[in-house]
Amino acid sequence: MSISRMVMLVGLAMFIAVPAFVPPYFLHLLIQILLWAFIYTAWALMGRFGFVSFGHGAFMGVGAYYEITPGIGIPLGIALSMLLAVVIGYPCFRLKVVEHYFALVTLALSQVVLLSLVAARDVTGGSLGFTQRAVGHSWYALQFPEKSYFYGISIVLWLIGLYVWQRIDHSISREALEAISEDEDAAAAIGIDVLREKLRVTLISAALTALGGAIFAQYMMYLNPETVSGIAVSLQIVFAVIAGGAYSMLGPTVGSLLTLSLTEGLRVWFGTNFIGAANTIYGILLILCIIFMPQGIVGALRGLKLRPSRTKAAAPAE
Amino acid sequence: MDLYLVEAIINGILLGGVLALLALGLNLIFGVIDVVWIAYADIVMCGMYVIYFLYVEYGVPLPLACLIAIASMAALGVVVHLLIIAPVLNSAPINQLLATGGLLFFLQSFATLLFGTDFRNIGVRLPILEIATLYISFARLIAFGVGLIGAVVLYLFLKRTYIGTAIRAIAQDREIVGLMGVDQRRIYLVTSAIGGALAGLAACLLALQYDVHPHIGNTFGPVIFMICVLGGLGNMIGGFIASFIISQIIAIGGYYSNTELSYVLAFIFFIVLMFVRPRGIFAR
Repeated sequence: MSISRMVMLVGLAMFIAVPAFVPPYFLHLLIQILLWAFIYTAWALMGRFGFVSFGHGAFMGVGAYYEITPGIGIPLGIALSMLLAVVIGYPCFRLKVVEHYFALVTLALSQVVLLSLVAARDVTGGSLGFTQRAVGHSWYALQFPEKSYFYGISIVLWLIGLYVWQRIDHSISREALEAISEDEDAAAAIGIDVLREKLRVTLISAALTALGGAIFAQYMMYLNPETVSGIAVSLQIVFAVIAGGAYSMLGPTVGSLLTLSLTEGLRVWFGTNFIGAANTIYGILLILCIIFMPQGIVGALRGLKLRPSRTKAAAPAE
Repeated sequence: MDLYLVEAIINGILLGGVLALLALGLNLIFGVIDVVWIAYADIVMCGMYVIYFLYVEYGVPLPLACLIAIASMAALGVVVHLLIIAPVLNSAPINQLLATGGLLFFLQSFATLLFGTDFRNIGVRLPILEIATLYISFARLIAFGVGLIGAVVLYLFLKRTYIGTAIRAIAQDREIVGLMGVDQRRIYLVTSAIGGALAGLAACLLALQYDVHPHIGNTFGPVIFMICVLGGLGNMIGGFIASFIISQIIAIGGYYSNTELSYVLAFIFFIVLMFVRPRGIFAR
């Protein structure tokens, strides 16, 4: 443990020193990879237990759009995101809206946030987006002309994400949540507070996603409803995590690294003449991933245990 | 009553016709194959591109272009089933959802790659009818009429023909039907073809009213899902009624505020109803 910890520390030190050596473009890429990795990790906190949410676009959008004055905006965005998580999560978990029904309800939530942002065009600029007023170097407004500051911030965020993952992974909640994902009724029967456990992990996940969205918006300096909320973003989150693996701590990070370098690589390779090329290949890869690694994915989402599909088992009973 | 409100309500009913058609296709596939095609609206998008290119670029007469679009979307439905759905038939529902989600990604970006993000219109301008000081778009009226006819034809097909009966039987009990000598795989293919054809038909109707662009599926897709889930996934009559409820919310909401907020309203209505009646409005 101590040797691996030392290796980790050395690796981290090298990681932190990166801005001194690489050109700004790669730094820009790295920052994006880290920020998305943080958001993906936040999603995977739920996703690893089979609670597949298509609503994280909503949490990210709320977080991103509420930090117009960061000092007040970021906590407000996080609070609002958590409120949203309760408003949706509580009835869902209470009334046992699970599996793909849960996915569809959260999908609707994503669209509600996206369309609300577009509709409030007087404040948000609607589909045209919203460019922040640059104030130069300022901790209060969380704006830095130098990328290295954001690099530092994104490393800290990413580490926070991994830390939260570890905490949950080592807690009794993890056992409870795994039991719930296996069989909710049985879990309730042995005294697990299903509602509380699910709600807690959802709240943590939503709060982190909102924080990630806020910092992302702060880094980009430009906000567009389509890039931080809605179905497309929600799907992007889900797919990247699945590509990387939702079950291990670094899985979402790998997913982020994989998808972003693929997108960027293809963009550089094909140039801007072929706008859709990267996502086309991405889409094919996702389908292949799901068809040819079903165990991998089910395992990733359900805790590495091979179980017969639920629909098959339930069909004769109906 | 306010004249514009009446117009909004009528437009809502007319929109409901097309939505009903799409909901029927999706519900048929769900009821029979038990897979949610999250990319269903993007197949409609493909159909609209087929019509656009045949009619505008190659000068094919519009009715023929529509027929080709319907046929090619039926073929696309079969291809999608064989390549993507068949391999994940026995996977967990959430994986099936994700596989068709990958298809959504693929179709939208492939269309962007091929055609760019331009909005294209087939440029057919149908007259606007004036009935007792009400203005009604002829294109919408056609869409409504054809949508209803499509629904009735599908109903008769399912009730009256042998293969239709087999399809209904599979939707009721997929274990036993095999024992009765029905070839499941063939039924699945036929169902996918019908689902694709319905998407093609909807594409013809929508091409008259809307511009084609790679992301047009995002405008209708989520709404169709809501409708199907509200009506109870697989419940065709429920989906049919739900499409008129949702289209009224969108139309009347749009009259009182703006389009985006009316959709927000429809989605919130959906979320609330999922809590009150999780298996659809008409669940027993």
